[in-house]
Amino acid sequence: MAANPMTQFEVYRIGPEIKIGSFDISFTNASLFMVISSLAILLIFNLGSKKNSMLPNKIQLLAELSYSFVSKMISDTAGSKAKPYFSFIFSLFMFVLFCNMFGMIPYTFTVTSHIIVTFVLAAFIFIGVTIIGFIKHGFGYLKLFVPSGVPVILLPLIVIIEIISYLSRPISLSVRLFANMMAGHTMMKVFGGFVISLGIVGGWLPLSFSVALTGLEILVAFLQAYVFAILTCIYLNDALNLHH
Amino acid sequence: MFKKIFFQSIFLNFFFTKEILAAESGGMPQLNPEFWVSQIFWLTLTFGILYVVLSKLILPKISSNLELRKSQIQENIEAADKQREESENKLKEFEEIILKNKLEAKNIFKLSREKALKDINSKREILEKQIDDELKKAEQEINELKKTAPEKINKIAIETSSEILKNLIGTEVNSSSISAIVEDLYKKHGTKYYGN
Repeated sequence: MAANPMTQFEVYRIGPEIKIGSFDISFTNASLFMVISSLAILLIFNLGSKKNSMLPNKIQLLAELSYSFVSKMISDTAGSKAKPYFSFIFSLFMFVLFCNMFGMIPYTFTVTSHIIVTFVLAAFIFIGVTIIGFIKHGFGYLKLFVPSGVPVILLPLIVIIEIISYLSRPISLSVRLFANMMAGHTMMKVFGGFVISLGIVGGWLPLSFSVALTGLEILVAFLQAYVFAILTCIYLNDALNLHH
Repeated sequence: MFKKIFFQSIFLNFFFTKEILAAESGGMPQLNPEFWVSQIFWLTLTFGILYVVLSKLILPKISSNLELRKSQIQENIEAADKQREESENKLKEFEEIILKNKLEAKNIFKLSREKALKDINSKREILEKQIDDELKKAEQEINELKKTAPEKINKIAIETSSEILKNLIGTEVNSSSISAIVEDLYKKHGTKYYGN
């Protein structure tokens, strides 16, 4: 019985093995869904920006609404200084959202349920934000670890806590997305397995649970993409507007 | 094997490698580093292409589309405002003209009425004067007639009485004596007959 709920996360090679040096960069099912997600995003937004009519059609409306949604999210959390990073955060949000959403289709692979993927994204954001912070403020960026209005006695402790919390950002960011996706998909698989094992008599309860979970997981898929993007905005805000 | 340990040491070096291996063999394919490089590579590639295409080609287009629509709508609103203002001004002008014309019409009506009244008055005065004059003349004539009437009547009376006497008697009677009698009668009863 293929009841192991973790088999859905297995990565396997599609096509031949490709190697650069000693590194294996073969095309896998994960790569396939990254490509599909990117192509879907490009297709939708290309169609949505092709012609500019006064009364937008559905796909143009979709593209423009997502544009203004992300634009508003950035300006609300990181202010007007974050304008140059709009494209990056938009791409990030859309990529995570589409990967999550494609994962909701049965028999697909969820790219974001792999810690390495989310960790690479989070690490890139962390390093990028740190570099931006040091470029904008020089060594003054280190003031981020020294909150104002803290008693001197507590200061060493606070600084250590701040440094740890800053350094744990990429881990919390990546693990949040990865764990949410993995837990959701595992749970759906487990309940699906219950439906089979309990059969026609007792399978209805886990089936109804599974249906409800699907709705919840679609919500989580959107929410986690949103959280990922908005946390990026918040980190960017720390780097751009130093106000500790 | 070397690769596996290498990646586990750089990525999760704060965990115990043994535990990771245990978790992986316990069924978490995410912790199997076999395809990590592949995933990193393809993620970088696809996300990089996605970012470049979105930021260079698609997002500027959407942005300009939105800006264009916004400015177009703004322009249309402005044009509509202008036209409304113009029409309001026109309406005001129109109302002013109507008011003016009404006043003029009133004035003309007043003037013509006054003129007509004046005309009527003057004509009536003239007519009244004429009537008065004629009345006066008529009165004078009547008075004159009244004055002269007794004498004439007396004369006629004398003549007729002399004729009658002549016919009765057959001889002529002295007219002076007849006239004396007539005068005498007139003096006695004249007022009774002529009312003067």
